[in-house]
Amino acid sequence: MNRHVLRPVFVALGLLAIILIARTIMVPSDFRISEKGFMYGYHRQGNEAEWENFKVKYRSKKYCEDCHGDEVSGNLSSPHKIIECENCHGPAIDHPDNPEKLPIDRNRDLCLRCHAKLPYPTSMRSEIKGIDPKAHHPEKACFSCHNPHHPNLEDRK
Amino acid sequence: MQPSRRKFLKTVCAGAASLIAAPVILKFLEPGEALAAMEKSKLRWAFLVDTHKCIGCGFCVKACKNENEIPYDASVSRTWVERYVVKKDGTVLIDSPKAGRDGFTSPEVEGQTPEAQDIAKAFFVPKLCNQCENPPCVQVCPVGATYQLKEGVVLVDRKWCIGCGYCIASCPYGARFFNPQLKVAEKCTFCYHRIKKGMKPACVGACPVGARQIGNIKDPEDPVAKVITTSRVAVLKDEYGTDPQVYYLGLDRAVR
Amino acid sequence: MTPDPVMIHGMEWTVKELFVYPNESINWGIMIVMYPYMTGLVAGAFVLSALYHVAGKTELKKIAKFALLFSMALLLVAPMPLLLHLQQPLRCEEVFFTPHFTSAIAAFGMIFFIYFIIVASEIWFIHRKFFVAQSMARQGAQGVFGRVAWLFYTVLTLGAFNVDEKSLHDDEKAVVFLAGLGIPVACFLHGYAGFIFGSVKANALWMTPLMPVIFIVSAIVSGIALCILTYSIISLWRSFRAGTKTTLEIEEVSKAAKYLLTFLILAITLELLDMVFRGYTAMKSWAILRSVIFEKDIINIFVLQYVVGNLVPLILLLIPRPTIRRILIAVAMILFGVFMMRWNVVIGGQAFSLSFAGFMHYHLPIIPHNLETYKEGLFGALTIASLPFIFFWIFNKIIPVLDKD
Repeated sequence: MNRHVLRPVFVALGLLAIILIARTIMVPSDFRISEKGFMYGYHRQGNEAEWENFKVKYRSKKYCEDCHGDEVSGNLSSPHKIIECENCHGPAIDHPDNPEKLPIDRNRDLCLRCHAKLPYPTSMRSEIKGIDPKAHHPEKACFSCHNPHHPNLEDRK
Repeated sequence: MQPSRRKFLKTVCAGAASLIAAPVILKFLEPGEALAAMEKSKLRWAFLVDTHKCIGCGFCVKACKNENEIPYDASVSRTWVERYVVKKDGTVLIDSPKAGRDGFTSPEVEGQTPEAQDIAKAFFVPKLCNQCENPPCVQVCPVGATYQLKEGVVLVDRKWCIGCGYCIASCPYGARFFNPQLKVAEKCTFCYHRIKKGMKPACVGACPVGARQIGNIKDPEDPVAKVITTSRVAVLKDEYGTDPQVYYLGLDRAVR
Repeated sequence: MTPDPVMIHGMEWTVKELFVYPNESINWGIMIVMYPYMTGLVAGAFVLSALYHVAGKTELKKIAKFALLFSMALLLVAPMPLLLHLQQPLRCEEVFFTPHFTSAIAAFGMIFFIYFIIVASEIWFIHRKFFVAQSMARQGAQGVFGRVAWLFYTVLTLGAFNVDEKSLHDDEKAVVFLAGLGIPVACFLHGYAGFIFGSVKANALWMTPLMPVIFIVSAIVSGIALCILTYSIISLWRSFRAGTKTTLEIEEVSKAAKYLLTFLILAITLELLDMVFRGYTAMKSWAILRSVIFEKDIINIFVLQYVVGNLVPLILLLIPRPTIRRILIAVAMILFGVFMMRWNVVIGGQAFSLSFAGFMHYHLPIIPHNLETYKEGLFGALTIASLPFIFFWIFNKIIPVLDKD
């Protein structure tokens, strides 16, 4: 057979070589197979650290306690001790540096997340003290009667 | 049998076995895999959701969106809460307005407001990525932009994802979506950046009633692992063979 | 800070009904309908040309040459819908660089590359004599255009100038070999497009081992149909413009239509088998599938796909004494039918929620108001659909397959 029939094969091999050379340049050196094998572990290893270093925003009650000890200890003696400060005050992030002030959500909707009465058997929701938001002083802000840190009316100062 | 003969047979058998085994080992056991087989992992994150406890406040969704920088007003979310209202006549009403971000404050569900006496059972079911042991989303990624860590968490490489959407199509739980800003596949990471530092995931911290918990299922002393191993727990959509690692207490058959 | 929340991919053209998971949308739109449709046309056009080279169906000689070059034009367009639907199209080269072969899409780079080499080589072997003649004729040509044309054809010869009888005989042997090799690869190219869908276990409509087979068979149907249609229209148009009697022969067209008919019957059988099986076994997903197939999508599936796209053309082709006009009407309807089949698979597969408790309705973006709604809308689809013809027009300038007899 005449040798010229192999010419397209050479072109194909040339293209393949280009792809393979480009691959070595373009693919990060830490792109390999990890302990999880090829199916689940083929990835750029450096990405794990990128996720690890993702910014933490919610710092939990312990973080607030350092400066706002009185508020936290007062809250800890009330039924609302189960609620994180940041649920209502927003994520602390690097407060007091950034942001300097945390916004306080005083909207009725915030309280209604738990305290709008829903008659749901088999769910703990029905065991929470609930109101009908349309009937229970609809014009008033909740905090005008209830202190969110110690919500019981008898605890009110 | 003569000792020499036995030895001969043994050698032949071993030789044949290694001949068969050799290509198998070469082919299927990558160096990393061999290492993993030797060193048994001592950490595997698992999640526990108690549907009896969940009150549908949605603080978990709010915290998740803030913590993980998911656009607050987008309808997509890494975690979401579903409401199930099963009426006495057997109808099941399900909804998850705004993924449950603002909680459930109205008794209206799917355009109906069922009366209390008509409700047989009603409850909330928080959902998130199941961090499957056999994640189909990772299997189908064409470029290796999503992967499973040895601790079991599945992550997405935001610099490598090409945005083909195959992982989104292959997840039976609807846990994945496109990040509206970054235009890459997005999913729950069990707050990998937090659990790696010994903190709880944002949703677990925000839950006032302890309906969401995380633990190490490989540690027999871990309180969450204890519950998972000693209680009657269920997982979602077991039939897909994904081996999900989010366990549910009190899962009802109405749950999708 | 990151920019304001923008449009969420998929939500723009999705309308939800009843309970659908918050993250669900019709993630794969019109571009993913176009993708298997275009690859199917590639595979079908190639098989038609191979029927002549391998099986020696001499009555297909003229259409076969056309079909091969047209297959190349289609092949270059086939990956474009995939590219357009990517959220990060500039990273597409990763499919070649870090292929994750447990994914059906990863194989795309490799199969596409192999198939491209086969089709290009076959074209080269068939037209090498022509390239050499062109290069010789333009030797020492004057002017920039002449020199560029000479260089172009000289490069196309790949330096193989020997056109003695033995060399040409070797070329023919190579063509037969490549055509034979190309048939399984073409089937693989498209079968694997079916595998992309058939292997998604999360999707109740897609997951069936029949999917790759249905895709291959319907691909061949649509590919042959498009070749017959395009070839006939070009032939008729040319003779009309030249004011001569048409050279298009009914034997040629009706032979190709006979092969089409065989594959069409097979395609319908397989699709109906799939549906009957789903209904009879009635697994958990059947309740929602039934309401999609028999209620929500009934017009798309039964009227547009089965009646207009399959049954009517089947009858038209089966009526004795075929005429060119009747065959052309039939193949145009078949082309539409196969398109509807792709639509009903891709869009229909996302018409119900993974929760099995709700539905999603697809609204094809028509008037584009941003890049996303252009490239994943009607105009993007029309662009994709017109490109093969533009490519073929250019190719035919280089290698005039329609002029030579």
